[in-house]
Amino acid sequence: MIFDVVLSGLVVGGMYGLIALGLNLQYGIARMMNLAYGEALMGGAYTAFWLFMLWKIDPLLSMLVSVPVAFCGNWLIYRYLLTPLVRRAANQDILEADTILVTFGLLFVFQGLALVQWGGEYRGYTYLAVPVDVLGAPVALNRLLAMGAALVLGLALYWVLRATRVGGALRAIAIDPVAAQLVAIDVPRLSALAFATGGAIMAVAGTLVSMFLSFNASIGIVYTLKALIVVIMGGVGRMLGCLMAGLILGFAEALGAWLVDPGLTLAINFALFLLILLVRPQGLFSRG
Amino acid sequence: MADRLAARWWIVPVTAAGIAFLAALPLMVSAYTVSLLISMLAYTSLATSWAFFSGTTRYISLATAAFVGIGTYTVALLSDHLPLAVVLAIAPVVGFVIALGVGLSTLRLSGVYFVIFTFGLAELIKQLVIWYEINQTKTLARYIFVNASGTLIYELLLATAVVVISGVWWFSRARLGYALRVIGEDEMVARHSGIDTTRVKVLVFAATSAVMSLVGAVLSLRYTYVDPNIGFNSLVSFQVLIMALLGGIGRPWGPALGAIPLVLLFELLSGTFPHYFSIALGICFVVIVYFLPGGVMGLIDRGRKWLLPALRPGRGP
Repeated sequence: MIFDVVLSGLVVGGMYGLIALGLNLQYGIARMMNLAYGEALMGGAYTAFWLFMLWKIDPLLSMLVSVPVAFCGNWLIYRYLLTPLVRRAANQDILEADTILVTFGLLFVFQGLALVQWGGEYRGYTYLAVPVDVLGAPVALNRLLAMGAALVLGLALYWVLRATRVGGALRAIAIDPVAAQLVAIDVPRLSALAFATGGAIMAVAGTLVSMFLSFNASIGIVYTLKALIVVIMGGVGRMLGCLMAGLILGFAEALGAWLVDPGLTLAINFALFLLILLVRPQGLFSRG
Repeated sequence: MADRLAARWWIVPVTAAGIAFLAALPLMVSAYTVSLLISMLAYTSLATSWAFFSGTTRYISLATAAFVGIGTYTVALLSDHLPLAVVLAIAPVVGFVIALGVGLSTLRLSGVYFVIFTFGLAELIKQLVIWYEINQTKTLARYIFVNASGTLIYELLLATAVVVISGVWWFSRARLGYALRVIGEDEMVARHSGIDTTRVKVLVFAATSAVMSLVGAVLSLRYTYVDPNIGFNSLVSFQVLIMALLGGIGRPWGPALGAIPLVLLFELLSGTFPHYFSIALGICFVVIVYFLPGGVMGLIDRGRKWLLPALRPGRGP
């Protein structure tokens, strides 16, 4: 029984780690709080769903469509909706308020479009729902696949950031965008790249989530919220911290659902969030 | 300032006449119009009190729905046991106390953390109420059996709106208003100039939240049936925010200028194209940020400056 909890925590937690990584690219490196972040997940999930239902196309292949679309869409949003706000804003607070409002607007537009197109009901499909024996406990193959993909992608991203030239430049921007410019890093271009990559990661996460969880048009904000909680737990701009924090949140949810009530997972999210606020506000909440 | 007030002596009788006219309005119009006016007054109070805290301090709160819902549920829980006047007096007190607790623990968060926390707070309370209702009372719905006519609700909300707008007008000229504006400009500066920023923020947050709970309580008299999804509807938070922004947050009557057209727009939309509601709300957000940064009030100010530059020789642009 406890093993089931650990496993389910690992699957969900891996997913949270992945979406938090993407948000960290957007908020930690490109320094834009994108509250429409979860809508890319919703889009990825619907793409996988419709391609699978209409033409029996493998959900993994559907990423060939959803990921480039999410990448370009997020790049366009960054370049043409958010960058003008940077130029206009008198100070950081005004910029933050403006981006929050605009991305809230985008959130409602995307959610509304999905609602008009596909209705509000929950969707799901059966894909690779074969039980696999993991140390004596049966686990659906789709969950294992999702967890594996999330961890591989998360670690690959971490490696890119740690070991490549572009990754080094991105980390420099995360630490200090002004100083990064002084050492000949093209900050606007790389920030846009980081922002767009964050969106693309969310489309991958959407595809993976759709394999084993049902979703609807208004699911985006829930994942945005969770990603944000994880980013705050793990630290803005810290990639490995995010993966760890994602796993912690996943375990906490699984444990809470098992010990208390599955209806209280959101409450557990916020309890954790508050706890971190009370215990380590300064370290985790410092603006880099 | 005394001179300026003396030169505008006519404001008092005109305002009094306006309020008297509004108070008499339900006698002259249809029941449907009264219900529309009720929404306008409710959102005017909500947007005005939201703007007094969030607009001046720049702490964008999405907890409006939480406090409205607290008011609604106070009525749903107590209206069978206590007289209506007592219930309506308790609702803002409950809102105030909860907001005090929330404020003390979260107002040191800034920017996006506060936004997300307040949004989450509304959702958290909703989830807890749903969980409680399903597990303890075994039913999601509650019934409100109060005999309140549309006219009574209207007059109560009119009184609330008048008190809220004049309260905001009064306080924004008092020390408290200056303190809030300094906090909005730069919190560090505010602290260094001797303002007890935490106390000011928490008290104003709690007071404006109490107003929201009161409005929620009065509005709930319209319903006969309430469940957590109606009571804690998170869209209310966004609607109030966008109304305040459309109106403009610098003036006491600014948010009202945003509430009235948007109540009409949302009413029209939910009547004719219910599915496009969310898209329209989103477009409103984007349009206001890009094209109407100061809201309608800002537009009026700019128009004035452009039309009458000679009348204000002392002030630069």
